[in-house]
Amino acid sequence: MKVEQRPTESKPRGTLSDKPALLRLYREMLLVRRFEEKTAEMYQAAKIGGFCHLNIGEEATIVGTISSLRPDDYVYSTYREHGHAIAKGIEPNAVMAELFGKETGTSRGRGGSMHLFSQEHRFYGGYAIVGQALPIACGTGYAINYQEKDEVVMSIFGDGATNIGAFHESLNVAKLWRLPIVFVCVNNLYGMGTAVNRASAVTEIWKKACAYDMTGERVDGMDVLAVRRITDQLVEQAREKHEPSLLECVTYRYRGHSMSDPDTYRGKDEIKEWQGRDPILTLGEHLKQQKLLTDQEIQKIDEDVTAEVEAAVKFAEESPEPEPKDLYRDVYADQGAA
Amino acid sequence: MPVLTMRDALNQALREEMKRDESVFLLGEDIGLYDGSFKVTRGLWKEFGEKRVLDTPIAEEIIIGTAIGAAMSGLRPVAEMMTVNFIMVAMDQVVNAAAHIRYMFGGGTKVPLVIRTPGGGGHQLGAQHSHSHENWFAHVPGLKVVAPGTPADAKGMLKSAIRDDNPVMFVENEGTYAVKGEVPDGEHLVPLDKNDVKRSGDDITICAHSRMLIVAMDAAAELEKGGISAEVVDMRALRPLDMAPVIESVKKTSRLITVEEGWRSYGVGAEIASRVYEEAFDYLDAPVARIGAAEVPAPYNKRLEKIAFPGKADVVVTARAMLGKN
Repeated sequence: MKVEQRPTESKPRGTLSDKPALLRLYREMLLVRRFEEKTAEMYQAAKIGGFCHLNIGEEATIVGTISSLRPDDYVYSTYREHGHAIAKGIEPNAVMAELFGKETGTSRGRGGSMHLFSQEHRFYGGYAIVGQALPIACGTGYAINYQEKDEVVMSIFGDGATNIGAFHESLNVAKLWRLPIVFVCVNNLYGMGTAVNRASAVTEIWKKACAYDMTGERVDGMDVLAVRRITDQLVEQAREKHEPSLLECVTYRYRGHSMSDPDTYRGKDEIKEWQGRDPILTLGEHLKQQKLLTDQEIQKIDEDVTAEVEAAVKFAEESPEPEPKDLYRDVYADQGAA
Repeated sequence: MPVLTMRDALNQALREEMKRDESVFLLGEDIGLYDGSFKVTRGLWKEFGEKRVLDTPIAEEIIIGTAIGAAMSGLRPVAEMMTVNFIMVAMDQVVNAAAHIRYMFGGGTKVPLVIRTPGGGGHQLGAQHSHSHENWFAHVPGLKVVAPGTPADAKGMLKSAIRDDNPVMFVENEGTYAVKGEVPDGEHLVPLDKNDVKRSGDDITICAHSRMLIVAMDAAAELEKGGISAEVVDMRALRPLDMAPVIESVKKTSRLITVEEGWRSYGVGAEIASRVYEEAFDYLDAPVARIGAAEVPAPYNKRLEKIAFPGKADVVVTARAMLGKN
């Protein structure tokens, strides 16, 4: 394992050289996994409505990228963003409450699964139109430069978004205006049910950066340490040199596109094969080999995160619904409760 | 009071607000070095530099998206869309994002953004440069929509729009940029939610906004010669739609004509008429008459174009007919 040394600012999540940081990566991935498993259960129990897209299988990509950021850095995400929100530091309580549509949710129950948000955590939103958030992320990048700050924006999207005009417009201005952005493509091989090679003329997404004279990288999105190492470099490049980049993380979602996807477009063998490379099991094995973690400790972490998720469900269950009198609240900024 | 063109009044508002507030910046196609397609931003690039007057690629979605993100991150962007037709390319950003972000994120953020864009026909620009689509935006909760028709209102409403914490669609008109009027110097703010009686009268009410306000005022002057006293209500505030002056006027005149430069179907006049029926039906002596563009894509040919858009004669003829004074 390569040891990373950050020369300047303190990394809030630590570097890959220290045990607490490694355990934290493991814990966060497992928290996202258990949270999403519980989400599926709650969806099936009709506690959660609407569309619901799970991150199961993508934990290494999520935690490997977002753990590279400082608390004051920004994340823009998609409708498959529960894990991204948790990795950025939002309490599982507030995320689960939002899925339940409760007033205590990240978006006061007005957004739902696809529209988590937290100003405080600089989690600048889940957006449900493919490719829509990339131009908006560029606006935050422009504001950072304008205000002469040293924050970084991470814009996360799927492989499907790289075929849309907004993706290309965004990469173009990010390079042109030297915006401090890391574009993270979560390539889970399918845009809904359409495989990458049936939707994109270029199946290695990182190559699309070449058109904008931008750094493009591809990484095994099932390997959290590899993801974290490359992201550290790209974040630093964005922060120090205002050089944007495109990072393709090749990963896999074990579940369908959404909870209502019968998953008929891919083989069971394929799913099994990817599950054989599970990012959490892989890191667990690695940490055991390095004598940094025991089976007993793994079990303890699992119990802890499972309890955290159970507590989130309890919190969501017990939280109040929004009041009908507040239907019109926040349509406009100068408009409080109706 | 100084007399300025609409173009210079808008320019003055931009300059004053940029001087007043460092977080105000402009972005759009050829608004900087080129001085703006319609010269509204003339001189500002030279005065404030390229950081605050940002020339963008010809890519509307990134213009509006960048403006939204900047607005959520502490700035007050003023985006220019060269014509309202071009904004179609960025409708996802305007409607799905700008208008809905605050609500769908539970009030966790705000989008203090102004989108300036001219519409309007009459310049032989054909079917992709000549339309008026303010009703599309006025349909959407979360947006504010204004369409001033005088240089003084243009200045005062643009300044108010820039200071507002919501996304504001600021609709201009290519046919009014050269129109002159008195404009107060310095601090002059006009609210975004108040319509305004621009001419008092007793016999009939005419509602109009943007360039059609000028048409309505000309028509009122013509009608006066024939002994008809028309009241003209400027519908500069389209969303939120301030109906109070219209209702009050209709209670006095009992007759209403709406004039808009866009198509009538599902239009501004349709909304105004419907609200008058709801709130002042018993005061009406005749059905509301709606005047708007012919329901065709704007034609290039001058002769056809002239009859495709409403003019003074349409208003005068309609008013006389309603009053039985043909």
